[in-house]
Amino acid sequence: MSDTALPRPAFRVATDEAPLLRIVLIAIAVAGLAVLVFAPLAVVFAEALKHGWSAAIQSLGNRDARSAIQLTLLITAIAVPANAAFGIASAWFITKFDFRGKAFLITLIDLPFSVSPVVAGLCIVLLFGANSAIGGWLVANGWPIVFAIPGIVLATIFVTFPFVARELIPVMIEQGRAEEEAALTLGASGWRTFRTVTLPNIRWALLYGTLLCTARAMGEFGAVAVVSGKIRGQTATMPITIEMLYNEYLSVAAFSMAALLTALALVTLLLKTILELRHADQLAATRRH
Amino acid sequence: MHIDIDEIAKTFGATTALRPVSLNIPSGALVALLGPSGSGKTTLLRILGGLEFPTSGRVLFNGQDATGMTVQDRRAGFVFQSYALFRHMTVFDNIAYGLRARPRGQRPPRAEITRRVTRLLDLIQLPDIAGRYPTQLSGGQRQRVALARALAIEPRMLLLDEPFGALDAKVRKELRQGLRDIHDETGLTTVFVTHDQDEAMELADLVVVMSMGRIEQIGRPQDIRSKPATEFVRDFISA
Ligand SMILES: Nc1ncnc2c1ncn2[C@@H]1O[C@H](COP(=O)(O)OP(=O)(O)OP(=O)(O)O)[C@@H](O)[C@H]1O
Ligand SMILES: [Mg+2]
Repeated sequence: MSDTALPRPAFRVATDEAPLLRIVLIAIAVAGLAVLVFAPLAVVFAEALKHGWSAAIQSLGNRDARSAIQLTLLITAIAVPANAAFGIASAWFITKFDFRGKAFLITLIDLPFSVSPVVAGLCIVLLFGANSAIGGWLVANGWPIVFAIPGIVLATIFVTFPFVARELIPVMIEQGRAEEEAALTLGASGWRTFRTVTLPNIRWALLYGTLLCTARAMGEFGAVAVVSGKIRGQTATMPITIEMLYNEYLSVAAFSMAALLTALALVTLLLKTILELRHADQLAATRRH
Repeated sequence: MHIDIDEIAKTFGATTALRPVSLNIPSGALVALLGPSGSGKTTLLRILGGLEFPTSGRVLFNGQDATGMTVQDRRAGFVFQSYALFRHMTVFDNIAYGLRARPRGQRPPRAEITRRVTRLLDLIQLPDIAGRYPTQLSGGQRQRVALARALAIEPRMLLLDEPFGALDAKVRKELRQGLRDIHDETGLTTVFVTHDQDEAMELADLVVVMSMGRIEQIGRPQDIRSKPATEFVRDFISA
């Protein structure tokens, strides 16, 4: 046989691009990431630490800053579980039942993404403000919504509503109803079926949705700016405080708070990545895309 | 347990899945629902299992009206077309699911559950796969695990939707015999759906030929072959 001397033709997979094109594409992607993502991040931390660590930490230690951090964590701690529950309920309702207007309902879930947060905030003010019927009654009974924590919670829930539901719906549609039906024929109650079959099957999507929701809930500005009234030490969340500090030319304080907010978001992303790496096999087994 | 289907009809919105159909299934029979795609076989099976409720008509178990009985109370061992094994549970946990789901008073103790699951794994001739997940099984193994899971609840009847549909010819033949053996051993009234006439003829005591939501003929395999009642049955059998 003389085939040992034959030159090997250079096969190229159909989806492979030519080498030059590949390099260009990678360069564009890296440059884009650098300019749009890494540079702003670096600037935030650099500005915060302009006068050293102690100045940055000191600026976060004063009463108003601490109140803003506590408020943001409180709002997140209320809004995220609420949206996880709403998200599961609506995804379950949409995927497990057949009814008219299903497509419309799915569109409705996306509404908070397409409506400007400022408009959403204004709607809450109109509905629950002291000048409205409901709002007047609530204020009279000592339950103010607008310019108070309940309004901020409502605004945050509205803006971050789609995250969990949107993660869950495709997963639940793909999984269908067969496993739940199997559990029912085996004698399990509806609640037991939900707990032992539905929930384990959607747990990864639920986790993703919840983490995204958390990051967004901490960072929400527009809607909260409208409903909160920006009362320092009372209704000013971290993003609101950042804006106020920046407008007062307190740039170290502003950027320190911004850096902290960024760090919280990064922790959320890190958590997601760690969980992905640790449970890669289970992710593959439940075939989440 | 004998099952009587009395003038059952089912519509989904504008589509009629079942025109009024009636059928008596004697206790301990092995019955095949045979018919082309869309003839209403799955719908009828799901109505028996309590997963769907008829638009009109009645279902009777042992002469008692069971039309409105919940799916849980029916205790029907149901084997789904795609098996519907719980993907996040091991084979052991899949089979034990129905026993663990029982109300506290009727739940067998842990050792008893283990004993029963082990016995079922022996029955389906897969004693060594208790620790595996469904994705780690072949199609034929999944089918047998689904059967064991359905049997674990000590069902009053066995309902199977195209139990051999997704398998290759050789495995089908083996599992056919397996189902026959399990039926003969347990004596359970068994209804299975198929569109494969050889399967129906070879396996069943009683074949129900369906078309477009109607029952065309009910009879023993040899009678259906020798005396087809309608034009449709004649064509379907000779196809
Ligand atoms: N949930 C449903 N919603 C609307 N129509 C349905 C539903 N289930 C069944 N149908 C319709 O009812 C008819 C009978 O369906 P069925 O699933 O019982 O047929 P089948 O005999 O099992 O068919 P196959 O062999 O393809 O499984 C079909 O026309 C089907 O489109
Ligand atoms: Mg079918």
